[in-house]
Amino acid sequence: MFNYTIRRLLFAIPTLFVISFLIFAILDLAPNDPTGNLPLTIPPEVRENIRISLGLGEPFPIRYLKWCQQFFINEPLNLIEQWFDISIGDSENRLRVQSWATRSPVVDLIVERLPQTLWVLGLSYVIGILIAIPIGVISAYKQYSIFDQIGTFISMVGFSVPTFFTGLVCIVFFSSTLGWFPSIYDTTHEVTDLASFWFQVKQMIMPVMVLALFNASQLSRFMRASMLDNLSQDYVRTARAKGLKERSVLLIHVLRNSLIPVVTVIALGLPQIFAGAIITEQIFRVNGLGQLLIIGIQGADIPLVQTLTFIFAVLIVLFNLIADILYGMLDPRIRYE
Amino acid sequence: MTVREPAGRQSSQQVVLEVNDLKTTFNTRDGQVHAVNNVSFSLSTGELLGVVGESGSGKSVTMMSLLKLLPSPPAEVVADSILYEGRDVLSMGDEELRELRGGGIGFIFQDPMTSLNPVFTVGYQLTEAIRQHLPISKKEARARAAELLAKVGIAQPVERLRDFPHQFSGGMRQRVMIAMSLACEPKVLIADEPTTALDVTIQAQILELVRDLRRDQGMGIIWITHDLGVVAGIADRVIVMYGGQIVEHAPVKELFNNPQHPYTKALLATMPSIDASRSERLYSIEGQPPSLSGAPTRCSFAPRCEYAFDRCLEENPPIVSMDNNHQAACWLRHPQYTAQGSQHPPEEISLRETF
Ligand SMILES: Nc1ncnc2c1ncn2[C@@H]1O[C@H](COP(=O)(O)OP(=O)(O)O)[C@@H](O)[C@H]1O
Ligand code: SF4
Ligand SMILES: [Mg+2]
Repeated sequence: MFNYTIRRLLFAIPTLFVISFLIFAILDLAPNDPTGNLPLTIPPEVRENIRISLGLGEPFPIRYLKWCQQFFINEPLNLIEQWFDISIGDSENRLRVQSWATRSPVVDLIVERLPQTLWVLGLSYVIGILIAIPIGVISAYKQYSIFDQIGTFISMVGFSVPTFFTGLVCIVFFSSTLGWFPSIYDTTHEVTDLASFWFQVKQMIMPVMVLALFNASQLSRFMRASMLDNLSQDYVRTARAKGLKERSVLLIHVLRNSLIPVVTVIALGLPQIFAGAIITEQIFRVNGLGQLLIIGIQGADIPLVQTLTFIFAVLIVLFNLIADILYGMLDPRIRYE
Repeated sequence: MTVREPAGRQSSQQVVLEVNDLKTTFNTRDGQVHAVNNVSFSLSTGELLGVVGESGSGKSVTMMSLLKLLPSPPAEVVADSILYEGRDVLSMGDEELRELRGGGIGFIFQDPMTSLNPVFTVGYQLTEAIRQHLPISKKEARARAAELLAKVGIAQPVERLRDFPHQFSGGMRQRVMIAMSLACEPKVLIADEPTTALDVTIQAQILELVRDLRRDQGMGIIWITHDLGVVAGIADRVIVMYGGQIVEHAPVKELFNNPQHPYTKALLATMPSIDASRSERLYSIEGQPPSLSGAPTRCSFAPRCEYAFDRCLEENPPIVSMDNNHQAACWLRHPQYTAQGSQHPPEEISLRETF
């Protein structure tokens, strides 16, 4: 298993380089001009100088290699320096991936936005899982019961209706009509006492629940199907014939087997929720990574978009690996050599 | 109808299991399946009852119905009574039923490859069964589990407790299943084609083990198989099933020497005999297995029976008792046709082409 993991990690390196190159190349081909948003009174020579100062004067391969150096060497070094409060080499003059729009390092922007995204997304995913698993288990065990029918219907709806719609409906209903929750997420809000904590809970409820229900409706379907698969297996009959309680049969024997594919799907789905965040954060005005990406795209802030897209790609590759490893850990029949 | 006590029973033997008029129906989307119809039999301590019949004749469903192991829906089990030591299984509460499963009646299932849970170690699955019925510590249960594995002929039992089912071969898994079913020394063991997946030497070992269990623990055993040779070797009594019904029921010698039902005769004819020359082709029973979509309204063997006559198509023959503890369900053996001065059975007519 250890060797397998190392090998997979080594394989991931060339994969990620190819991905980074493709992202860089595609964004480079896109027609854009970082000076396009500047006032028209600025003369062309000045514009040209700005472009050169942004590093656009050089040919494509050089720019790509420079980006690689900045992203893969300089940024990690910088992070290490910050964490351990040391300085390695000439840290003052080390070039970092700079945002064109804000002129601050892209990684700093991301680090600044990350907590909001992680809180909202992470919480919604965890809540989604906690809702989905019991519903899936009961739906399968009581197949075709009223509970199952209602559950199936709700998850069908929850899965088919996109979050930007449910999100808007929630805002209209709970914020505008009832006035229970704020419609704009205040990122600068700090929790200091019970009242401010309550405010934090109120502003998080809608985005978290909209995403959580969406995730839950997908996962509970999956959980149900997996449980049904296993409930009809012969080993379930053996467990009953041993005289086990129905609860043990279901929650030990069947659930343990059913979770194998579900856990894999949960791991594979994690990077996807970042994609989902792009929409949800926009609707609930959560100042997170998704919104950062949208701003970057609108402002033709190529380095920012490149870096964010690449980080998403890294997450996908990483969680694919994690899913495979989890599968191997949960299923004793799988042996990775 | 009543079941006569079987032959050759000593006074120390007592009935542990008695089934009266068992019917099992599956309500499926494509209609009903009458898998078991009017099955009655009994089993005594230390006795080995063989059950034979072609695939689909309802052997497994009968036995699983006894322990209510069939999920309902679709299965529906009704019976006059299913008595284990005089207590009716059908009216048992959950607690009592769980005590019976594994504690009173051990079950070995047909397919060793799928009957063990793939994600738990064999040790876990064995100790789980033991601790369900015996109030002993985990450590003691593990020791007992190792003992059981040794008993069924698995080498290095203590080490193998840590292995998962997929690390065992088919034969070894069946031994694990057998060990599991014996874990709590049940009074009755139901073995559903336990040796089908095994090669001959292992089969012989397991039969030896079963013989010991009967002798030492007085275990009553129901042995389902389609291997008549095995039945001839180990059974005291034999039940022959066809189309979800018992068509013949007799002590083993009596059955082999004096079969009464045409289906049994045909089955015996399919048995390869040692002195048969190689060129001699195996006799096989022609025709399709019966449809089970309704309760039987005629003899279910009639379409394949060479002796069928008109009565066979009009009414399902009841099982009747004859001399030597012999029972058969065939109109040819019915007192209406066999008693002195009764009407003679009509000429045999071949109805095969009418179906
Ligand atoms: N769950 C089920 N639903 C419908 N029919 C079933 C089900 N289980 C068994 N049967 C039917 O019951 C009949 C008897 O099956 P079984 O007892 O397994 O035969 P065997 O004698 O080979 O053990 C078969 O015709 C089978 O199709
Ligand atoms: S009852 Fe008739 S059809 Fe059925 S086995 Fe006897 S002779 Fe054959
Ligand atoms: Mg069977």
